[in-house]
Amino acid sequence: MSRVVIIGGGPAGLACAIELRRQGVSEVVVLDREQQAGGIPRHCGHQGFGLRDLRRALSGPAYARRYVELADEAGVVVRPEAMVTGWSGEALEVTSPEGREALTASAIVLATGCRERPRAARLVPGSRPEGVFTTGLLQQLAQQELPIGRRALIVGAEHVSFSALLTLVHAGVDVVGMVTPYRRHQSLPFAGTAAALRYRTPLSTRTEVAAIHGRGRVEEVDLLELDTGRARQVACDTVVFTGDWIPDHELAVQGGIELDPGTRGPRIDAAHRTAHPGVFAAGNVVQGAEPADVAALAGKHTAAAVALWLRKGDWPARVHVSCLAPLTWISPNAVADDSPPVRRRMLLRAAAFLDRPRIEIRQDGRTLWSGTLRKVVPGRSASLPWEWTRAVDPKGGPIEVSAH
Amino acid sequence: MGTSKANTALLHTGFDAKPGTLEARLVRRGYELLSAYAPQAGIPIAAIGALLVAWDDEQLAAFPRIVAGARANGYDTIRELDVDELYRREPQLGPGARGALEVPDEGIVCPFTTPLAYATEAVLNGCELHRDTRVTGVERRGDGGFDVQTTGETFATRYLVNAAGLRSDELNRLVGHDDFTVTPRRGELIVFDKLSRPLLRHIVLAVPTGTTKGVLVSPTVFGNLILGPTAEDIERKDDTSSTAAGLAYLRREGERILPELLRHEVTAVYVGLRAATEHTDYQITIHAPEGYACVGGIRSTGLTASLGIAEHVRTELEAAGLELRPKPEPVSVSMPNIGELSPRPYEQGGRVVCFCERVTLAEIEAVLRSPIPPVDLDGLRRRTRVLMGRCQGFYCGAHVARLLQERPR
Repeated sequence: MSRVVIIGGGPAGLACAIELRRQGVSEVVVLDREQQAGGIPRHCGHQGFGLRDLRRALSGPAYARRYVELADEAGVVVRPEAMVTGWSGEALEVTSPEGREALTASAIVLATGCRERPRAARLVPGSRPEGVFTTGLLQQLAQQELPIGRRALIVGAEHVSFSALLTLVHAGVDVVGMVTPYRRHQSLPFAGTAAALRYRTPLSTRTEVAAIHGRGRVEEVDLLELDTGRARQVACDTVVFTGDWIPDHELAVQGGIELDPGTRGPRIDAAHRTAHPGVFAAGNVVQGAEPADVAALAGKHTAAAVALWLRKGDWPARVHVSCLAPLTWISPNAVADDSPPVRRRMLLRAAAFLDRPRIEIRQDGRTLWSGTLRKVVPGRSASLPWEWTRAVDPKGGPIEVSAH
Repeated sequence: MGTSKANTALLHTGFDAKPGTLEARLVRRGYELLSAYAPQAGIPIAAIGALLVAWDDEQLAAFPRIVAGARANGYDTIRELDVDELYRREPQLGPGARGALEVPDEGIVCPFTTPLAYATEAVLNGCELHRDTRVTGVERRGDGGFDVQTTGETFATRYLVNAAGLRSDELNRLVGHDDFTVTPRRGELIVFDKLSRPLLRHIVLAVPTGTTKGVLVSPTVFGNLILGPTAEDIERKDDTSSTAAGLAYLRREGERILPELLRHEVTAVYVGLRAATEHTDYQITIHAPEGYACVGGIRSTGLTASLGIAEHVRTELEAAGLELRPKPEPVSVSMPNIGELSPRPYEQGGRVVCFCERVTLAEIEAVLRSPIPPVDLDGLRRRTRVLMGRCQGFYCGAHVARLLQERPR
């Protein structure tokens, strides 16, 4: 019997499950702790989901529904309200309305996604009033037509921050501004202009939130201009902390799965194998955060290696890949064999804007690849070629990626 | 719950209290009473032990004085550990520790369930609890006793107990006494992710200085580690704001005490205000002829001392003429367990609403129907732990808001 258990029923988990069934795996179970499977897109009202994987443009909820339908049609067992609450590295302890059970599997795929760092994790001082959200929470409140606020400040200026802007505007909330510590926003070139012109939302660059004030409800936010040291106050009743993603890696840690210090997700090779034989990781638990369709393609890609593991039971040795500052992470972050990664590229992130950086990849003093990228934007992945992984000495030391 | 909800949540033996004070006596008595009451009332509690660590010669030299003080307080179980033994016990401790005192009976207790259990038991046994009701004036009645004017109704009473915490001095003045002033002392604390919990087994205390007991690192009953508190006298009694300077200071201290801790995510920051006064002891005075008991100036040890304080005040009021008859069939309480020290409801299965803290729908529904139901998200948080975890509502915030909005009233 080959049972594959996939933890997390978002785009990555469902796409992986569907592909596994297509490849003939007899029992594929997706455990999702939410009331409905589908993952984060369920709450994203805007269009544009599904371009890379389904070749069509859908709203987030329609995209999520489509994947659940495809999973049902493929014979995947999707179990909502089933949360994995314990994992020793062997059997999964599953908690659901039916009670508690131990579930064993021939292969496990972690697809638990990622979340935004909330205010406390960013150590923003001040009082603790209501009205402080992440985009994830904001979008759920908006979708369920629950109260949000009247005047909102958005913290961050990456893709998801503009998504938060749209959600706020559509919910009738006045957006008083966006702030980012960087010199410019991190989204597509037109996003800043569109925000300024269409929604009259000023973007304050080189600015950070110094404190939040308010009793009961947010009343005022202290902003600090990083270059001048000047402080100013903004009156608002809502603050939305956007982006700054962190993989939901707690289950991986509980199961003893090695993490990459850069991504803080499980360390994976190009086939999405973790360090633990039989355990794979796909989607945004690996690195926060890629768009939903990229996560889905990663899930689908992972299925091939899962099927191979079920047939052959091989688990290749691997060499670690790590990044030097200002680079923050590369994904995949281990090299095990010469198979290509998903979308035939490696993803690279940096903590700062880099214009025409020269990237060098070295192992034991030997340059495996070097080249110049057009630019790297913090919070967005730059693509690197993968073919150099074929030149890696599998018995050699760790590989280092640096920018100059 | 008052300021207790933001307590460091330690169960104090009182080993370091000033010998001979009322505080020393009531903390010791409170420890005994709460240790017995907590398990039956469903209050998470555990005597996990504390290590008071010296980081330099001066701190090491303070040990004999601390041991002598503990003995004077009737606490003999304190003992010195050498450096090797200390690092065997706590291998993750930062380098440079010189030695430690072990206080095996120090513990941790739930700062939410404790006051809530008292309130619930009081209400179930006939006490009227008026929330959102501020005292605006106190007038003495001609026949003895008081008229207590509030933002709600006026209450006529023969006996009056002032347990107004940070505002105990203001109420004391309304009654006509002026023997102490509360200066709130701010304490900022950082709560670290549950993944940090295996780093530490004991409470790690600092050697106290004149003004503060220093920064400690402690496990919580919820399975986190906390780092704090700061100690800063401030003006306003409602200023529970954290500060950039305070958080930076705590992080420096944390880096020194338990370096690995700083590599973990922060789950929450909270701020407590201690009801400090110009006096070194609790300000508990029974004005027998008036029928007025002032129970003020209770600092962070008050959570531990609470039942000792209550017993003391009751005894004194009885001596002052208050007649009490034991209830023939008192109702006892059994609070829902929100700690990690004993089994949680989700372990039997259920609809898990809050994933980070593993709170089930049944728990939330039960709390919404409880004798003292929450009126807002904060109240629901402290009764169930919803929204208190690492995601701070990213996943379940809207679901929880909807459950509160649709609650039966």
